[in-house]
Amino acid sequence: MNLGSIESLAYLYPEGILLLSILAVFLVDLCVDDKERLGNIALVGAALALVFTSGLSFFDIRLIEGLQGAGEGWLFHRMIALDSFAIFFKVILSLSLVGVVWMSLGSREINGPNQGEYYGILLASGLGMFFMASATNLLLAYLSLEFVSLTSYVLTGYLTHNRRSGEAALKYLIYGGVASGTMIYGMSWIFGLTGSLDYTEINAALLQNAPDQLTLFIALVLMLAGFGYKIAAVPFHMWAPDVYHGAPIPVTAFLSVGSKAAGFALLMRFFYPALSQSGDAGMWQFVPGVEWPQLMLIVAMVTMTLGNLAALNQYNVKRLLAYSSIAHAGYILMGFVVLSDEGLRAMLFYIVVYYLMNLGAFIVVMVVANNTGREDLEGFRGLAWRGGALPAAAMAIFLFSLTGLPPLAGFIGKFYLFAAVVKGQFYWLAVVGILNSVVSLYYYARIVKTMFLDQPSDSEGEVTLDPHNGSLLAILSVATVILGVYWAPVFDFADRSTRFFLGS
Amino acid sequence: MESSILTLMIFFPLAGMVAVFCLPSQAKDLIRWTAFAFTLPAFFLGIWLYQNFDTTTTALQFVVNVPWIESFNIRYFVGVDGVSISMVLLTAFLCPICILASWNIERAEKGYFALFLLLDTAMTGVFCAMDFFLFFIFWELMLLPMYFLIGIWGGPRREYAAIKFFLYTMLGSALMLVCMLVFYFQAGAIEGVGYTFDLTQLPAVAQHFQTEPLLFGFSLPQIMWLALFINFAVKIPAFPFHTWLPDAHVEAPTAISVILAGVLLKMGTYGILRVNYPLLPAETFFFAPYCLAALGAWNIVYGAFCALSQCFTEPKDLKKLVAYSSISHMGYVMLGMASFTPQGINGAVLQMFNHGTITAMLFLIVGVIYDRAHHRRIDGFGGLASVMPVYTGVMGLAFFAAMGLPGLSAFISEVLCLLGAWHAYKIPTLLGALTVIITASYLLWTIQQMFLGQPREEYADMHLSEINTRELCMLVPLGAIVVILGFYPHAVLDLLDVSLQGLNEVVLSASTSSSPDAAAVALR
Repeated sequence: MNLGSIESLAYLYPEGILLLSILAVFLVDLCVDDKERLGNIALVGAALALVFTSGLSFFDIRLIEGLQGAGEGWLFHRMIALDSFAIFFKVILSLSLVGVVWMSLGSREINGPNQGEYYGILLASGLGMFFMASATNLLLAYLSLEFVSLTSYVLTGYLTHNRRSGEAALKYLIYGGVASGTMIYGMSWIFGLTGSLDYTEINAALLQNAPDQLTLFIALVLMLAGFGYKIAAVPFHMWAPDVYHGAPIPVTAFLSVGSKAAGFALLMRFFYPALSQSGDAGMWQFVPGVEWPQLMLIVAMVTMTLGNLAALNQYNVKRLLAYSSIAHAGYILMGFVVLSDEGLRAMLFYIVVYYLMNLGAFIVVMVVANNTGREDLEGFRGLAWRGGALPAAAMAIFLFSLTGLPPLAGFIGKFYLFAAVVKGQFYWLAVVGILNSVVSLYYYARIVKTMFLDQPSDSEGEVTLDPHNGSLLAILSVATVILGVYWAPVFDFADRSTRFFLGS
Repeated sequence: MESSILTLMIFFPLAGMVAVFCLPSQAKDLIRWTAFAFTLPAFFLGIWLYQNFDTTTTALQFVVNVPWIESFNIRYFVGVDGVSISMVLLTAFLCPICILASWNIERAEKGYFALFLLLDTAMTGVFCAMDFFLFFIFWELMLLPMYFLIGIWGGPRREYAAIKFFLYTMLGSALMLVCMLVFYFQAGAIEGVGYTFDLTQLPAVAQHFQTEPLLFGFSLPQIMWLALFINFAVKIPAFPFHTWLPDAHVEAPTAISVILAGVLLKMGTYGILRVNYPLLPAETFFFAPYCLAALGAWNIVYGAFCALSQCFTEPKDLKKLVAYSSISHMGYVMLGMASFTPQGINGAVLQMFNHGTITAMLFLIVGVIYDRAHHRRIDGFGGLASVMPVYTGVMGLAFFAAMGLPGLSAFISEVLCLLGAWHAYKIPTLLGALTVIITASYLLWTIQQMFLGQPREEYADMHLSEINTRELCMLVPLGAIVVILGFYPHAVLDLLDVSLQGLNEVVLSASTSSSPDAAAVALR
């Protein structure tokens, strides 16, 4: 059974709230002069979306299970699945929205007359990501991905008088156009092979008809261009450093946290329930003969290695974090190649952890940029000794967490990824991943070194922390530490969320 | 109460960290005294632990074993046995002394003492943890405070030293992480064990490994043994993983050098005894002649010659000399534990304890003179004996103890190590015994250059005052232990003996199945 358009609306209220707040932001923008309020409206909208999404997940769990039990998880004529996997990502995405809107409130770059458009488009981008996380039809997958891409281009170029921002937006647009063009071409091959755009039907057709393996392989590689571009995996990562560097810092944070999470949701849903088959003991089997796990294994290794090695030599912190986020895409992909529920669970858990620490790191970058106008390593010199002890300490927590040092959340995330990899007996992948963690320590520790070990030069002014950023930083850093010591609730949440709705 | 003693010892310093954070940063004396006060409970609990420790059993004592993360069967499991008790006591004993030694830290006192207390928690935790995961967490937790303590409060090349220490240790522990996971999943495949990180249950895994060659002719358990060994060898530090040590020791502030040499180095050998020995006994027996005995002997010789060179070549740094002497003395531990004889393994663990106290004294002595003269050049002094007679007396005790003079503690443990090792490895033991001459020569040379002869004229400007009460409070207890253990080593040996013999048994019984190969026989 699947629900039609009207009945589906009853289950779509988080998206509805987002839509309403987008409209509210645009309408209020027309009426008020005090643009500061728009950010607050957006924050309330994002927070409400979060509350109602988590409501779906925690309080209405019986509703969802009931829906799935009755085979009624499809919304909008099988375009969208309402399953715990989608809700997990919606929670993460609305958390990203809340975090990014919150951080935008204290951003000097965003603080202009065009704020209304910024917040509206930001929320719209989030709305698109909601659909990316739940699309079960290639058509909607493509449309939502394009929607997110288009809004991201605009957000990247938001700083109209900044050449770098404009350049970043143009590069992003060109890369994005090529990637999504390649992807839709791949989709057309899939359609040609299976005669359907619906994930369940694709799955059935592939398993029954045993299509030509080479053709299917090429189709998947073509589609990977689109997915890889969203998650910034090698070789589709080239846009990331320039775009991260040029975009306003909150947008960079949103791209690295939200956009990446949505990309992974799309990737996981297409490759697991649509192309593979759930087997015994939490293992998955792929369409026989097509060795995409081997391909993704190489992609994962190369992605993390290249990201880490390139980051070693970066002196702009945003650019460094761009390469670091490429590397982290590689780490997350480790869970993707092992074809097991453990791997999926580890990926979901890592995405939560990654959200906390990466968003936190970008907030500190923004605090420094607000105070000094610089985003390079020099701006961080002696940060702890010129009034910025709290942001510096928080940054140290985030960076060591990104390295994967216990007792911080990042370690637990990596621990689960490595556990899945070792369990699948991909020892080489584990060794490569571990060595990469060691390499990454060098450049993360360099930022820490600059903040704590170097003396500030006299020309650098004091760094102050405004209440918006301070409270957000406090929440994120405390969460990073707590999740490093007691993470069972989040892990259980990730565990519950690995169940896809496959339907019949 | 009785079972939670270890938990209290681990987490009292952590509470102290929180307390220090809550104090205003202007109240410097208050911060110091608070930090000191929070290391004392562990010290007194340590005394209680010493008195109540049952020396007749190999079983773990004062155990707390509660679930931590249910879904992965990760447990908060702490306990002590003869392998770890001496190290727990050493840590509890050294930490208050190190706080005293940190009294003249001048910059950001609050941060320093908070980080130090965090380090204290991590170190005690490593020695008490009996769950592999918990062990790993504490093991890594030491890195962060250590990085900052060396990097912020260290000497001129502190940044280089701090990152080098960090990278070396991180590389090692990354290898340990993979091994830990392999153990976990192997255990999960065994009937009756199940997924666990419990170090007391994991020995059951050893027989279930596949033994066919995997890489370069080594089987999976052998590769894991080597990976774990590299991790621990970085900490010992064994040649060729030792190069972080001279840098870190020289640049670290005095108290941190004491902790590094006194406690952190012991974690290397402790880790081998705690993880490699029981979990991979057959591989331990296979690799011991090369990785422990031969490398240990080489450590002894190499460290001694590096130390000797400090007497003659630039920078003639006294602290560097002491640092290299640590490498040399840790070689005895490796040699002793490789022998699998009762004397050898007892001597090794006793040497770990003795080296902890003696090197702590040496670094404190270097710190005392550095605080006054602001340099540590061996040739920059001369005739100190007549300027600072009490200091010279304390120094004499420490230096002669390091030399292995009979009647002082290191003599007993080094002789035990060599006696035990003689049965198994003739040539390495001979090398180790002969190196005593080199050790004596660099220490005597140093005494002669710095303390004997005529006092120098420039001392008038240096204001070399005699050692003060605070410094004596740090050194005298250590000196007393050195003397007492020199005459009555059973004070510590009795604690260790039963557990260590049990460990020996485990390795030897696993080894009967495999015959030693020709190269190992040649070493003997």
